[in-house]
Amino acid sequence: MAESRVIVVGAGPAGIRCAEALVAAGLRPLLIDEGRRDGGQIYRRQPEQFSRPYSKLYGTEATRAQNLHDTFERLRTKLDYASETLAWNVAGGKLYTARDGLASNHAYDALVLCPGATDRLMPVKGWQYAGTYSLGASQIALKAQACAIGSNVVFMGSGPLLYLVANQYVQAGAKVAAVLDTSPLGKRMRALPKLLARPDVLRKGAALVRSLKQQGVKIENGIEPLEIHGDDQRGVEGVRYRDGRGVAQRIACDAVALGYHLRPETQLADLAGCAFEFDASTHQWLPRLDDMGRSSVKQVYLAGDGVRVLGADGAEAAGALAALAVLRDLGMDRAVDAQHVAALKRERAKMERFRAGLAQAFPWPAQQAARLSDDTLVCRCEGISAGELRRVIRDEGACEANRAKAFSRVGMGRCQGRYCGHAAAEVIADAARVPLEQVGRLRGQAPVKPFAISTVAVAADAPARPAAAITQEER
Amino acid sequence: MKSRFVRLAETERRAVAFRIDGEAVTGLEGDTLLVAMLCNTRHVRQSEFGPEVRAGFCMMGACQDCWVWTADGQRLRACTTVVSADLDIVTRQPEAQWPNLV
Repeated sequence: MAESRVIVVGAGPAGIRCAEALVAAGLRPLLIDEGRRDGGQIYRRQPEQFSRPYSKLYGTEATRAQNLHDTFERLRTKLDYASETLAWNVAGGKLYTARDGLASNHAYDALVLCPGATDRLMPVKGWQYAGTYSLGASQIALKAQACAIGSNVVFMGSGPLLYLVANQYVQAGAKVAAVLDTSPLGKRMRALPKLLARPDVLRKGAALVRSLKQQGVKIENGIEPLEIHGDDQRGVEGVRYRDGRGVAQRIACDAVALGYHLRPETQLADLAGCAFEFDASTHQWLPRLDDMGRSSVKQVYLAGDGVRVLGADGAEAAGALAALAVLRDLGMDRAVDAQHVAALKRERAKMERFRAGLAQAFPWPAQQAARLSDDTLVCRCEGISAGELRRVIRDEGACEANRAKAFSRVGMGRCQGRYCGHAAAEVIADAARVPLEQVGRLRGQAPVKPFAISTVAVAADAPARPAAAITQEER
Repeated sequence: MKSRFVRLAETERRAVAFRIDGEAVTGLEGDTLLVAMLCNTRHVRQSEFGPEVRAGFCMMGACQDCWVWTADGQRLRACTTVVSADLDIVTRQPEAQWPNLV
């Protein structure tokens, strides 16, 4: 019998742990990753010319990061690895990829999608000004390039990453103007029972806040962002917000790191036909999942922050668990230890409880959508305002996400709705007076990221290259 | 201030000379094009849909806000491109052509 072909998309914590378990069972998976090096975003590796030690790069997570990178190095000759390769469609039982202008497609017996997450954004007036970055971007600048995004940075939004990155900036010698959190302290107190599912992480979080305060960084809770003010040419010049007592405040800065936790990259799961369900706690549609990572579609498995944002540790557990589900479904039961499965399931359940705690402690600020001024841009790609989106709801009766997109173009730009989709859905729900669930979600569209039309043209007249061909070029 | 980004460490790397809108500038080996540009200037392109300049947003290849062009018309995503010597970058989209195959 020919060996089963398993494809893993994403070389972050979930993808690497998944590949590791598959290799341990004697398979040779194909690991496809968009990054130049392994590690994903959270354990992103700095370029070869950089020399900062793990302790500087990953702080309290240095051992885990090193462990994951070492695991990948050990696996390197036991799998086929395609870096800088975009997985851009799943159709007809094949995964479509593109690298360096060459498209290819790959049949699979099992496909494990671990594509990770991107920042979750709520617009604020002025967020199109140069110098506004996603919170994740501000961390990448530091971690992968040893740069600060500006000489005086405001961290605004909500979620644990806000404190982590602000602290990393201070430690690295950058100037942090303020940390402005939309979540009030009371919410965090009420979420404590759930957050205690991971007392170690809770302790690390408290230490971050303490450290920021010791360094004299201004921290405000329960704020409402009003405006990033600036200039078309000069970019960001400051932030206006309403503080926890309802008083309007203004802080000067030349950069803003903005983010409200993360959102899974679910487009490939969507294109594969996976069923989605509405997650009321985080106000979003997520792929349906069984307790091992099986999607609703046979042969398609989902793991890591690309399906549920459980963080890096949760992603490692979910990736390994999905691999074991694959092995079982391929009839390789002998390679699966039931006790290991049970332990991983317990681990994942713990992470899931913590996730619920985070959603409660640092809630998605849905209520802001209704208050966005008509001249606030919802779509950064094409400069489309909240007022224009409301107009198509009012005049065209477009109360569903994809219909509103067709009329307004919100979600049709080059980010393909990644950074406006969730906020647009809230604006629609408010303006149309329908529940968010009823607004639906933007359908994934192939290619999931733009590339030149010539890429596809190559694929059309060239025979599909076998996976092995890719990896030989890689080596 | 002339540059947007601030280098905090790793400044001992070798210099890489390239051009932005005809002006000779220097990045460091291992810089992404986005970082190399923003350590010299304050934006990487002009928005096609609004009056403002842009300087990227997500830095992980997801938002496509840091597209720049080479003088010969090739489009690059600055945050996922490694800076290299002799790159000749323009921050305004070249005149639209159809079909635009590159």
